[in-house]
Amino acid sequence: MAQRKPIRWHVVVFLAPAVLVYTAIMIVPLFGTLNLSLFNFDESGRVFVGLRNFATLFGDPRWSGAFWNALANNAWFFAVHMLVQNPVGVMLAALLSSPRLRMAAFYRTAIFIPTILSFVIVGFVWKLILSPIWGIAPGMLDAVGLKSLFAPWLGREGTALTTLALISVWQFVGIPMMLIYAALLSIPDEVIEAAELDGVTGWAQFWKIKLPLILPAIGIISILTFVGNFNAFDLIYVSQGALAGPNYATDILGTFLYRTFFGFQLQLGDPHMGATIATAMFGIILVGVCLYLFLIQTRLRRYQF
Amino acid sequence: MTRTLRLALLASTVLGGAAAAQDVTLTIESWRNDDLQIWQDRIIPAFEEAHPGIKVNFAPTAPAEYNAVLNSKLDAGSAGDLITCRPFDASLELFNKGKLADLTGLAAMANFSEVAKSAWQTDDGSASFCVPMASVIHGFIYNKTAFDELDLTPPRTVDEFYAVLDRIKEDASYIPMAMGTADQWEAATMGYQNIGPTYWKGEEGRKALIEGSQTLTDDGWVEPLRQLARWKDYLGDGFEAQTYPDSQNLFTLGRAAIYPAGSWEIGVFTPQIEGAFEMGAFAPPVAAEGDTCYISDHTDIALGLNASSAHPEEAKKFLEWVGSPEFASLYANALPGFFALNATAVEMQDPLAREFVSWRETCEPTIRSTYQILSRGTPNLENETWNASANVITGAETPEDAAARLQEGLASWYEPQQN
Amino acid sequence: MSTARHSPARSIAAHAVLIAYTIIALFPVFVIIVNSFKSRRAIFADPLALPTAETFDLVGYQTVLKQGDFLLYFQNSMIVTVGSLFLVLLFGAMAAFALSEYRFRGNSLMALYLALGIMIPIRLGTVAILQLMVASGLVNTLTALILVYTAQGLPLAVFILSEFMRGVSDDLKSAGRIDGLSEYTIFFRLVLPLVRPAMATVAVFTMIPIWNDLWFPLILAPSEATKTITLGSQVFIGQFVTNWNAVLAALGLAIVPVLVLYLIFSRQLIRGITAGAVK
Repeated sequence: MAQRKPIRWHVVVFLAPAVLVYTAIMIVPLFGTLNLSLFNFDESGRVFVGLRNFATLFGDPRWSGAFWNALANNAWFFAVHMLVQNPVGVMLAALLSSPRLRMAAFYRTAIFIPTILSFVIVGFVWKLILSPIWGIAPGMLDAVGLKSLFAPWLGREGTALTTLALISVWQFVGIPMMLIYAALLSIPDEVIEAAELDGVTGWAQFWKIKLPLILPAIGIISILTFVGNFNAFDLIYVSQGALAGPNYATDILGTFLYRTFFGFQLQLGDPHMGATIATAMFGIILVGVCLYLFLIQTRLRRYQF
Repeated sequence: MTRTLRLALLASTVLGGAAAAQDVTLTIESWRNDDLQIWQDRIIPAFEEAHPGIKVNFAPTAPAEYNAVLNSKLDAGSAGDLITCRPFDASLELFNKGKLADLTGLAAMANFSEVAKSAWQTDDGSASFCVPMASVIHGFIYNKTAFDELDLTPPRTVDEFYAVLDRIKEDASYIPMAMGTADQWEAATMGYQNIGPTYWKGEEGRKALIEGSQTLTDDGWVEPLRQLARWKDYLGDGFEAQTYPDSQNLFTLGRAAIYPAGSWEIGVFTPQIEGAFEMGAFAPPVAAEGDTCYISDHTDIALGLNASSAHPEEAKKFLEWVGSPEFASLYANALPGFFALNATAVEMQDPLAREFVSWRETCEPTIRSTYQILSRGTPNLENETWNASANVITGAETPEDAAARLQEGLASWYEPQQN
Repeated sequence: MSTARHSPARSIAAHAVLIAYTIIALFPVFVIIVNSFKSRRAIFADPLALPTAETFDLVGYQTVLKQGDFLLYFQNSMIVTVGSLFLVLLFGAMAAFALSEYRFRGNSLMALYLALGIMIPIRLGTVAILQLMVASGLVNTLTALILVYTAQGLPLAVFILSEFMRGVSDDLKSAGRIDGLSEYTIFFRLVLPLVRPAMATVAVFTMIPIWNDLWFPLILAPSEATKTITLGSQVFIGQFVTNWNAVLAALGLAIVPVLVLYLIFSRQLIRGITAGAVK
């Protein structure tokens, strides 16, 4: 028993294709990019500068101002998703999973449709609907006598980011709905029947019995939302442009990174500072994921048993 | 599962798609996706007819992505043979990195004045790297039918300008001015760079700023921002969320009376209006009757050669043709509002385009203030100007604050401005 | 199952909420489709009205069909999406199985390594990826896109699938081994069918960003022959930015095929996702 096991070739075969493709096309290019954050140009060409780019990013008030602005906006973007998308998703899933609901398949299908639309379409159509000129939203508010409530939301600093976050929620609410729905259906019938025998029904049943059982699914959705939101870029870019107007009110880390790395209009791309921002984003997401894995997930497991 | 497999197999056989043609095919990288049809239907056939054996493929990218996409492709070596050049630093950078070939020796370069070439030369003017194609002029396009209806005449002075706007606003059947701040560049390009030269005195102010003898907080540079702030009252409801296409549609649908414009709009507007009303144009108004007028006559577009093109000889033939009077005439008439930079005068058919170009006779031309040298650093003056122009219109910043911020940003990296 | 408390009021409330949300979800799609059939002035005059005999106009569709080969774009998108999806699911499931089934040195390190990709957008590696594709002559081929999307989709696939595979009962696998089945047979015959619901989840998560991606088609395969539908419609919007007839028609054309496909496969999708429920 003590001798070394021979190489188990099937393990290698199972792992090889994924590891090869992933390493060659994702990891090597990405680390090439992250590596750039330690370099910069001077008169003699590309030189190693250690952490000086990070010192610029966090030390120079201009860079750090833009960075913290983007981070704060990103945090709010994420908060809106957590506060709106996930509860709405849970609510819709709970309604859909109620036994003997007619047309459940229809609702399920319809509510998921926005998720399959591309950002190009989503950005364009919401801009049209909310456009003060085209007038679908103002027209509809007018019809119910609430014209005064209308404002050019996407154009105001105070409301643009929240509006975009809600558009994003509109688009992606189907995903939590679907996953929670699956989790709800997988609750064994015996558990529900036992609860009913104890007289726990309706909302009480949902809060006391079902919700704790679907918490792990909510956990996974939260971490996917977190990663997705902190990598988000397309919706803001498509609807507000790379300058993330008005006045950088919708600038999130993804748009900040894009502008810096690839340049924009007359601004030339700066791969080194871009890579520095990318590394910072990577760090933020890594910390978030670790917090989830070590603090929340372990606790969730304990709760279950 | 088998269906998926079969599709995957089908995919792998179909993928050999990029077939090699017998003729040499030149690919043009461009951000002018609006012009795709004109290139395909008029410009390229004219060239191919005269040059058998060379095929040309016009492959535009959306303007917003053009720089990022082009730079990635150039770095990786997959860019087209011919590169449409942005003016000044963006192209200069490509030349310095060896991505664009030196075209100083091209015979057609003799067809262009020094001014026309200046946007695509090294700082000392010793090397040229793109063949100039066209410039664009700023001004105001107005709805002539609406003006007649309200008995208005195109304004010449700033006071008249606001009087006209007030009249339109009072009458309330038209939005006085079609402009929004959602896209930011509209406010900067159609607003700030349009009226600005009148206040900073065109080339004089622009050069002084580069030398460091004027600053952005000087009156000549703050005044355009103050003017923009006044525009707010004349824009349509919800202009904060109004995009560039929204503005265009407002004007072409006849809902707005005045459109702060770039001359390139002529080619876009004419077919959309379909004769529903008549258009006219007036130059940026001056402070007092008889003052010198200034216009932004901006060298905007040129064509260069990818230094690693596989077919440099054929590409040079195309560039020689682009530098010829024949191309100039073809281009300027196919795309009214893009004014040829060729030294040979081009006869233009479009009356509105003729109106724009006639200002060259009476006004002092200049180029956009932020383009040469001043946008080399971070923060980038051009991009900051977009933001500042939109901000003063929405009222998020006062003109003075915005100017101070611009100056501070410029001085942070631009030496001549640092004392 | 008890059915005692099923007051009609509750069920009406449930329907009301669901119908309301369904309307919110479908309204924008409705706006695009309806207006794509109207004349330019009618779009602006009354965007919510259905096309009437007077305002009905196919000019948008005519422009679109004259300009771009949307059928080809659609076919390209299909090939890329299906191809990458297949590879992601196959390679991802294999790797997840290896990670969850076998104990070997560096197992958790390997799991962490494969999960790194979830946290960082692959877009950052664009230049290096493009160089790689140029060097291997894959620029302007759909293969380049399939490879990139496969790499992009793998981390999440491995992450989710290995979680699920840990839950597959050991008894079954042990029984298989006693019967002398090879590890490969155990994986393909016994384990894969059991994790079908997880595979469907992964498929949804992988498919949507691939179908909707604008960036890599733009950089890696912008040629006419390899344009995807998303890129095609974006180019179109850029080109006809003020021609809303054409833009709306292009968007309509981009939506309808996905919609049809989705409606066809949604039943399978749901069955896949919820299959675990009927254990």
